[in-house]
Amino acid sequence: MTDSNGRRPAISRRDLLRTAGAAGAAALVPGAVAAATEVTPATASPEVAGQGPVGSALPAETAPFVARALTNLTAREAEILSAMVDRLIPSDEMGPGALDAGVLRYIDRALSEAESDAADAYRAGLAALDTYSRYTRGGPFIDLSTVDQDSVLIDVQIGAATGAGVGFVGGSGSFFNMVKSHTWQGMFGDPEYGGNVNFAGWDLLDYPGVRLGVSPQDQRDLEAGQLEPVRRSAYDYGMFE
Amino acid sequence: MTTQLRGTDVVIVGMGAAGGVAALPLAEAGLSVVGLEAGTWLDQRDFAPDEIRNNYRDWPMLVKKAEQERPTSRATSATRANQIGGHPMMNAVGGTTLHYWAQSWRLNPWDFQVVTETTARYGASRIPYGSTVEDWPFGYDELEPYYDRVEREVGISGQAGNVRGRINSRGNRFEGPRERDFPMPPLRWTAFHDRMAEAARSLGWSPFPGPAAINSEAYQNRPGCGYHGFCNKGGCPINAKNATHITTIPRAVDTGNLTVITRAHVTTLEVGSDGRVTGVNYVVGSNEYFQPAQVVLVASYTYENVRMLLLSKSRAYPDGLSNNHGQVGRHYFSHHQGAGVGAFFPYDLNSWYGLPAQGVAVDDWADDNFDHADLGFIGGGNLWIMSDRRPISAANMGTYGQSRNWGSAWKRFIHENSDRTHGSYIQKTTLPYEDNYLDLDPTVTDPLGLPVIRITGQFKDNERAIAGFMQDKMEDWYREAGAIEINRGGLGNTMGASTHAYGGTRMGDDPETNVVDRWGFSHEAPNLGVLGASVMGTSGARNPTLTSQALAWRTAAHLVESWRDIAE
Ligand SMILES: Cc1cc2nc3c(=O)[nH]c(=O)nc-3n(C[C@H](O)[C@H](O)[C@H](O)COP(=O)(O)OP(=O)(O)OC[C@H]3O[C@@H](n4cnc5c(N)ncnc54)[C@H](O)[C@@H]3O)c2cc1C
Repeated sequence: MTDSNGRRPAISRRDLLRTAGAAGAAALVPGAVAAATEVTPATASPEVAGQGPVGSALPAETAPFVARALTNLTAREAEILSAMVDRLIPSDEMGPGALDAGVLRYIDRALSEAESDAADAYRAGLAALDTYSRYTRGGPFIDLSTVDQDSVLIDVQIGAATGAGVGFVGGSGSFFNMVKSHTWQGMFGDPEYGGNVNFAGWDLLDYPGVRLGVSPQDQRDLEAGQLEPVRRSAYDYGMFE
Repeated sequence: MTTQLRGTDVVIVGMGAAGGVAALPLAEAGLSVVGLEAGTWLDQRDFAPDEIRNNYRDWPMLVKKAEQERPTSRATSATRANQIGGHPMMNAVGGTTLHYWAQSWRLNPWDFQVVTETTARYGASRIPYGSTVEDWPFGYDELEPYYDRVEREVGISGQAGNVRGRINSRGNRFEGPRERDFPMPPLRWTAFHDRMAEAARSLGWSPFPGPAAINSEAYQNRPGCGYHGFCNKGGCPINAKNATHITTIPRAVDTGNLTVITRAHVTTLEVGSDGRVTGVNYVVGSNEYFQPAQVVLVASYTYENVRMLLLSKSRAYPDGLSNNHGQVGRHYFSHHQGAGVGAFFPYDLNSWYGLPAQGVAVDDWADDNFDHADLGFIGGGNLWIMSDRRPISAANMGTYGQSRNWGSAWKRFIHENSDRTHGSYIQKTTLPYEDNYLDLDPTVTDPLGLPVIRITGQFKDNERAIAGFMQDKMEDWYREAGAIEINRGGLGNTMGASTHAYGGTRMGDDPETNVVDRWGFSHEAPNLGVLGASVMGTSGARNPTLTSQALAWRTAAHLVESWRDIAE
């Protein structure tokens, strides 16, 4: 067991994930990453995602998410969470939103991996969000108008969603912050994890992309607004497999 | 059942920044060295530029020891300590140098002589109330040759400001004299850095590029930096960050005299009836080993160095190893790195590609580089403008009151402004105080059932006054460069677990107030040495690692020269 000197034997990233637990490996099931990796750098010019708001280059896989049960959340919970992240980063004239970018899939997968401790907080928080909507706006969260949904979310964010039987554990603000933080990771993180589909998040930020080397000329081009964005996952660089 | 291993000359506990450097002069001198390291080897294939993994999850380390023994902390002994926040130290060969920022500063001469200098210039009453600060047992000049050596062995890029007394205004004109230039020129600047440097000059300040343990050009057969933007808590995929697992450790292994044992978790040191250390106990999984050694050097980072000594109780040392004077855990302080300043600019900074060690420094307000006669504090800070932006963190930027931080209006805001904020990094003089200390937590334990470290510590008036003063300077600088909004962090209170943790085994001539002597060896157990910032009695306004490494080299060189006296 004590591997002495000789450096360690070649361990692939897949081995690392396997060691980290079976759950980690699930992230690498080929089907699950397909949506993220089928966009090759050649086709992923910035125009693709900028082409139009919703509905254009979106992989079929994202749309039906709303209705389906996820691995870690029931269909009902998935519906509420969809409605929530859709308000956090809506699909609009600025481009795709969180749902288009696969944020739900990102969160569901995270709940099987690094964020498994958070599953209970999601379950309790989503139920409480729904209860609070019924008590204060007269209907389940998903049936509220977007204006009412936003005002409910503001209450939740600032910790004001209280009241007997609502059921936010540890304050509504911490639930909001948790969902927001995971939504941002799914929207703006590496597509390897199931989110940022078609690099929607990176396009929104005008992030010029993951490169292993940036020359002085590249930096000058960036400063001149002339650096072509690269659209590939870190794991599309073969050395990290 | 404990397996008794064959004896060795030297055991180093921890193959990180400090232990990984000390191994080289020992192995080169022909001593047999066993490096016991809790983590494993990692290499460039493990270092994907992946923000989720580096900055939001757990990184690829296979061993998560530091995380499982996070210290508890509390402001004062009147309150209860809690285990809050993570602890980002690395468990791997190379230690935290794998994913650190790699800013590689020398201390300034003033930092070695705070008491003498302050007393001479302003009077003894200006030493802050309750501070236990002492002069170091030697001055900057004594450490200079070791700084010089480590800068070459590890590989540091930078611009010299003072070569043997000759001032070069392109570098730091306040630095202590160095024997020669850096082995590599500084990392490049972007247009934003140029702009900030210009703004500093128009304020009458002296901006210069900071020093980094990062190749600015090919060095030791490894390439120059790729500026890919994932250096903050990321390992380097092209081996341009000079972590010890690719610099000093492999060279020591190549001598044939260093054996690195990975996944070796050292629990305690053993002591003989004469008070000398006889070796160390470690576990690998459920197997227990005893490694005898003539000399033991602990290099497991401040919290673990202190914990290991306190846990090693014996007849000779009933309160913990080398603690018969009650000094283990005292004079603890963590660098005041908080109290930041954020700025919002009306233009893009183009800082997607860069690294925290690349940037513009200003030292005009550090140490005693300015007159404190009419100020309510001693010391100061180093102002640092770096490049550090990645997509998730950019999308999390504050909105400076211009929009809610989600929704459609926010999408418009972020599309416009994702590259327009900047957060400064200001490192400030932090002093030790009577009532800031480390001990063992009475209730919280690690998975082996051993108590974790408890931090009792608070930033005091002197530190908070520096923080406010430095925020003013930083705001002036940002405004000069065109910032339209500024926000400031709080001035700091409780010291949580820190990446810049000092003291606990302080170095000094007086055994009544110091654990180790001027060479880094215990005043009580002569064949026990301590490596790392736990021996440092002042922080200066600098990150600690280069100084820890220079001290580690010096301790190792002393051991080689005095082998007979220390080991036999
Ligand atoms: C994100 C980040 C950025 C940083 N940036 C900078 C910077 O820019 N400049 C700077 O100067 N400093 C920086 N630092 C701080 C720097 O990393 C530390 O000063 C330095 O690594 C400390 O050196 P060390 O050898 O004491 O500890 P480490 O480098 O952490 O090495 C300790 C080693 O001991 C091993 N170990 C621990 N316990 C045991 C045990 N019981 N048995 C066996 N092995 C053990 C660990 O696994 C580890 O490998 C940064 C730190 C972090 C986390």
